[in-house]
Amino acid sequence: MARDSQAALVALNRFGLGARGGASGDLVNAASDPRGFVKAELGRPNGVLLEAPGLQSTPQLGRAVFAYQDQVKQARDAAAKAAAPIEAQPTGEQKPVLRRNLSLNGAATEIAGQMAEAKPADNAAKPETMQPNAAAPPAAKPAPQPLNVIQKTFRTEALARLQRATLVECGFTERLVVFWSNHFCISATKGELARIWAGAFEREAIRPHVLGRFADMLKAVEQHPAMLFFLDNQQSLGPDSRAGQNRKRGLNENLAREIMELHTLGVGGGYSQEDVTALARIITGWTFAGRQGQLGTPGSFVFNTNAHQPGAQMLLGKSYEATGLAQGETALADIARHPSTAIFIATKFVRHFVADEPPPALVARLSDIFVKTDGDLKALATALVDSDEAWKAPLTKMRSPYDFLVASGRLLARVPEDPGRYLNGLNLLGQPLWSPSGPNGFADTNAAWAAPEGMKLRLDIAAQIGARLGTNIDPLDLLEFAAADAASIETRRAVERAESRQQALALLLMSPEMQRR
Amino acid sequence: MIDCVENRLITSRRSLLLGGASFAAWAYLPKFARAADGRDPRLIVVILRGALDGLSTVAPIGDPDYAGLHGAIALAADGAHPAIMLDSFFALHPAMPEFARMYRDKHAAVIHAVATPYRDRSHFDGQDVLESGYAGPGRVQSGWLNRALEALPRGERVSSALAVGPTTPLVLRGNAPTVGWAPVALPQADDDTAMRLVDLYRHRDPALAMALSQGLQLDKAASGDDMKPKPGNAVAQMRQVARGAAKLMAADDGPRIAALAFDGWDTHANEGGPVGRLAFLLGGLDGALAEFESGLGERWRDTVVVVATEFGRTARINGTDGTDHGTGTIALLAGGAVKGGRVISDWPGLKLANLYEGRDLKPTADLRSVIKGVLQGQFGLSDRVLAETVFPDSAGARPMQGLVA
Repeated sequence: MARDSQAALVALNRFGLGARGGASGDLVNAASDPRGFVKAELGRPNGVLLEAPGLQSTPQLGRAVFAYQDQVKQARDAAAKAAAPIEAQPTGEQKPVLRRNLSLNGAATEIAGQMAEAKPADNAAKPETMQPNAAAPPAAKPAPQPLNVIQKTFRTEALARLQRATLVECGFTERLVVFWSNHFCISATKGELARIWAGAFEREAIRPHVLGRFADMLKAVEQHPAMLFFLDNQQSLGPDSRAGQNRKRGLNENLAREIMELHTLGVGGGYSQEDVTALARIITGWTFAGRQGQLGTPGSFVFNTNAHQPGAQMLLGKSYEATGLAQGETALADIARHPSTAIFIATKFVRHFVADEPPPALVARLSDIFVKTDGDLKALATALVDSDEAWKAPLTKMRSPYDFLVASGRLLARVPEDPGRYLNGLNLLGQPLWSPSGPNGFADTNAAWAAPEGMKLRLDIAAQIGARLGTNIDPLDLLEFAAADAASIETRRAVERAESRQQALALLLMSPEMQRR
Repeated sequence: MIDCVENRLITSRRSLLLGGASFAAWAYLPKFARAADGRDPRLIVVILRGALDGLSTVAPIGDPDYAGLHGAIALAADGAHPAIMLDSFFALHPAMPEFARMYRDKHAAVIHAVATPYRDRSHFDGQDVLESGYAGPGRVQSGWLNRALEALPRGERVSSALAVGPTTPLVLRGNAPTVGWAPVALPQADDDTAMRLVDLYRHRDPALAMALSQGLQLDKAASGDDMKPKPGNAVAQMRQVARGAAKLMAADDGPRIAALAFDGWDTHANEGGPVGRLAFLLGGLDGALAEFESGLGERWRDTVVVVATEFGRTARINGTDGTDHGTGTIALLAGGAVKGGRVISDWPGLKLANLYEGRDLKPTADLRSVIKGVLQGQFGLSDRVLAETVFPDSAGARPMQGLVA
């Protein structure tokens, strides 16, 4: 077969995570059989799973957080006792002192100097920006505090994902993982549990179903403790349930609304406020067992009958009988099959892979396949690769910050051993890992990623990479790995004529061939 | 590569950018001081993403139904953390002493029971309507603030608008040039590399050329030692962002218009009353307003800050001591140019029959009227431009008069 480098760019950049440098031969292989190169990974569903030493299950991690929180509390109590005789102050003024002690003990989640009274979400949100291996120059810094179990876990999970993304052949299935993980996003900024569970959520609820069925992924996501925590469902009580009556608390419609608006039907997908409230009632009792383990293994999904709103519910014109957990599972299965869901998913899918303005014919075809195969996501991905649109549409999509950093690492054949630089870069570029600012996830359009400030920061990061790694590379070799004869004359010339290898690398990483997909 | 040779002669990124023809953002040097009265108006738009609970920020404690509906998180005029009485009916959240001071000095105002024309409860559609300025969702190509910029007479064109943060908020997206700035410190690419890349983009990718050029511009003007990221929580970050934006805007040749967004207002659970989660965020907002005031210095006199959110929250607290998505809420105005010291409201009341769909504060004012009033007062935009271009199909929402002194 003739070699088609332009099609290889589509295969590697639009569908995959970019060509790997070194002896991979990615560009050559992709150029000789572009579709085959992409589809090869679809035959290996187990290859999507991510297992590595040190990666723990959600209940294990939940218990680790509970234990950590107990430890913090004990340290605080001990400090209070120790401080009491010395500081003969009114009780009202003791708090700040104790909190500062806490922080200095390393028990708080923050680095030194950070205010300890921040709400937990923010407390946990930013530590990566301050890590010593930041892209910042190694100026004199205060000694870093030891990481707590939550930070350690987050970094372990991040590293596992980054290593997989760097090593995987084409990266089509990894891109699918990122797509679905963003579609069903949680945010680690919600709190300690969300932060420690962010990676496990993706491994347990997303990866097993990326080449499986949408309905299965939906169920796995909405029953995952991380999602129940992120969208407050563990606090939602049926107003007429035993717990609701006893505790004078009640419904929280957050998760129910986002299930319909963001996960399935899409806004305008034909549901009303009444449907939101009905689904919220239906999924009351969907929670996870707490530290005491009264309901089950701490940190695992449980259905709490005591919190479940009794009675049948009318949802989207259909009555769901009072069948406990099955009431919600049946409702989710129906919503997964709803025609609006097919259109919503197909549109997002095509927007991600083809163009910000998805070609309607392709959306219609994928939506049709979604319906006919009852949400078979492998069939959906295959149809996309088989379509002509996906190969003919010009490469106008901007690489997201994650894509950009991963593609750079792949091209340089650098397998990360520490996630710090990546996490820093993602924070700076506005795509902090597993931490979108809302349940709608990160944007998937050029408006978000080709903005002026973002481009400037990308250049700064590219220049840092160039300065750090440019010494021992041949930039023209890298250009061959990345684009070969699909590279423009101007890009080639910019790389050739750069005043240093460092500069050449920065320019190559920022070239349209490396930025567009 | 003649360009490269030439470029090397230019030492500062800023001088390059001022000299380049493709840098539309700087094509209109500031000439907007209004000759007649010597004013040099500034406008800052702060978007609170997530839907602010207006009833907890400016509480109608004179309404007999308020305390019952807002239950455990209701503010009160007494207690350990009393709300600050703005008049005999409305009280301000105690986490906002700076805003209270501005209000007393008649440089801050509240518009209550206000909403955009959007009546459903999706954050994302609600934010699109708030920021796009269209009557309904689905129009996300440009924002009302950008179209307002475009509508300014050419001779008086405000140089360019400042988007604060790594991405441009929708409200500022569109044809009129904008520049971006975010408070981060990273060793920068040197000017030569930057110029080579701009040159490559000009030949191969004009859209990226434009974006990168604009991104390079304000960066140096804004940076300084005090802008290095510091360890800090959301409150410190809000202040830091405001401080940087104010610094840029205070310059004689700086942007006159800026937009920024603060996240995190979606208080479904454990919202807190006088203290707690919302109080914490409001403290950050209050600090940001104080930073604008001090950073803008003399320019504060001619400044209006508009604080707006996509919609309000339920009047009655939900089952988890928070509030779910609602409708009517507040807008805040602050700045030396505000005719303040007032809570502007046609109060709908909180009796069940008066609530929108039996659950939300009923909006009695259109947020577009408020913004139109500010745009008219600050920049003299006509009713027609406001009703057709800036906020299409909004003739029914007349500009609110007398907001700007």
